[in-house]
Amino acid sequence: MSFLEVNNLNVEFNTADGIVRAVNNVNFSLEEGKILAIVGESGSGKSQTVFAIMGLLDQNGRATGSVKFEGEEILNLSITELNSVRAEKIAMIFQDPMTSLNPYMRISEQMAEVLIHHKGLSKTEAIQQSINMLDAVKIPEAKSRIRMYPHEFSGGMRQRVMIAMSLLCHPKLLIADEPTTALDVTVQAQIMHLLADIQKEFGTSIVLITHDLGVVAGNSDDTLVMYGGQVMEVGSTEHVYANPTHPYTQGLMSAVPRLDDKANKLRTIKGNPPNMMLAPVGCPFSPRCKFSQSICATKAPELLRTETKNHQRACHLAPEALL
Amino acid sequence: MNHQAILQVENLKVNFDVSTEGDMPWTKRKKLKAVDDVSFNLQQGETLGIVGESGCGKSTLARAIIRMVPAESGKALWLGNDLLTLDKIAMRKHRKEIQMIFQDPLASLNPRMNIGEIIAEPLKTHYPKTSKEDIKSRVQDVMDKVGLLHNLVNRYPHEFSGGQCQRIGIARALILKPKLIICDEPVSALDVSIQAQVINLLMELQSEMGLTLIFIAHDLSIVKHISNKIMVLYLGNMVEMANSSDIYAHPRHPYTQALISAVPIPDPEIEKNKELILIEGDLPSPINPPSGCVFRTRCQKAQDICANKKPALNTLNDNHMVACHFSA
Repeated sequence: MSFLEVNNLNVEFNTADGIVRAVNNVNFSLEEGKILAIVGESGSGKSQTVFAIMGLLDQNGRATGSVKFEGEEILNLSITELNSVRAEKIAMIFQDPMTSLNPYMRISEQMAEVLIHHKGLSKTEAIQQSINMLDAVKIPEAKSRIRMYPHEFSGGMRQRVMIAMSLLCHPKLLIADEPTTALDVTVQAQIMHLLADIQKEFGTSIVLITHDLGVVAGNSDDTLVMYGGQVMEVGSTEHVYANPTHPYTQGLMSAVPRLDDKANKLRTIKGNPPNMMLAPVGCPFSPRCKFSQSICATKAPELLRTETKNHQRACHLAPEALL
Repeated sequence: MNHQAILQVENLKVNFDVSTEGDMPWTKRKKLKAVDDVSFNLQQGETLGIVGESGCGKSTLARAIIRMVPAESGKALWLGNDLLTLDKIAMRKHRKEIQMIFQDPLASLNPRMNIGEIIAEPLKTHYPKTSKEDIKSRVQDVMDKVGLLHNLVNRYPHEFSGGQCQRIGIARALILKPKLIICDEPVSALDVSIQAQVINLLMELQSEMGLTLIFIAHDLSIVKHISNKIMVLYLGNMVEMANSSDIYAHPRHPYTQALISAVPIPDPEIEKNKELILIEGDLPSPINPPSGCVFRTRCQKAQDICANKKPALNTLNDNHMVACHFSA
């Protein structure tokens, strides 16, 4: 039994223009205490995958498939059932901490609310525990700052408040959706450092969603690459970075300018991300893939295991053919 | 100093008047020093990268040069003329030569104009007598240059993806054949694969047309890739400036060192063995900047002298300039 197991997850949105298939047949699993990074460009379905897990899809969204957390099915639970999973077992932090905190409430109220609701603590106890948690995420003078409103904090501090809030009920799994995208590099380094500390201290498993391949490299055990709502490649971070065996992963890696080398020209991936309104036929990456064959446009490749442990890829071509 | 310089900025200062909490209508407004005494030279065909955290004044600096925000004092000599003192009519002549590309590609395009009109607008503004045929061929020329198909002219901005919108923005900047393009975070809103396309396009156009670029970004890897020279700003102060390879190989200012160390490198091996210089805390408020060296509140090397005396900008070898008491 895996800690978190996602099988054949599909997410569809019913829009005025037709059905958008945001996530197609996604499978992955996560072991306890590990960090899984989901990378992909905007529109690749990485956020919708975790929104479906957390039951946070928009009204017009529909998820099918199965998501098992510690053996229990949690996909499409009723709100009441979900509320005992959310915060207590799985918590989530979001990209923009300003829009995910309530601007009208003091931090103390927002944090205490979680503990009063989920743990039935008294307000005094709840606030005391919240202060302890703010200390744990290294907010200076937590005791006085807990009385502040969100706008009185800087971006990095707000993200710390979000992290503290998500950890209040000691969840086993933390889902971080682009937690550092809105922050400066120096603050990003602080927050990623904090997440790593928390992971060690509380043993929390983390699903880290990001588009920054640099952030993934230093902060994850496994990497899952998504494109057009599908999983392209998944494996241990070291392996995926050292030997990317999917044309999309390869393209992505060479399109990133690196601080430690000077190539004169960045290699680009031609074309634009796919239109998710169209039902996927074949491999979603095939229109932009330089190795594309006739089969790629007609038949979607399955995500298959390779000889390397835990490494899976979805491509019709053998890794040797991609050199 | 250097007669080849296309742009010489000398001691540029930009202040904003701000009111703080508890101010009465008659209280004197506080001065926020957005850009504090910045000087640099730019040669034809060069790229100057400006990096720093949000709020450090990088956009304000660029905007002050073309007078989108008023400067307090200083000079911006463009081919010998001080842009900051020119009258409106003389300024208009130079505006043609300096164009700008903005961060949010969709927000910087008028949603009610089709892209043919958007690209042609600068031409119609500055050369109202241009004939329709000329406008059409010039628009098609720049569309070719940036890789947009001619049959797209009648479409509207919302029909394009972010990367294509940025190409439209670049086409609009190019149609007047400018000498200098100021790029204010041109790729921060774009995906990695699209970002690479736009960066390559800018570099190709630069070598083809001999453009000079000022490239503002918070992503140090991109700035390093595209720039010849890099300026690091902190709270409106220039803390270091050097050639791009030099500054990455031998950063001298503690802030630059921390900034470079904070950039994650997409390689798990390197990342796991890297010694991270973490800067504690956040950027101080620019309304009450620290005394002496502005970086001292977050600096690991800070001593008493840093609080008392503002470090002067020292030139080390090879035009490597750094403002730190301990840079030697």
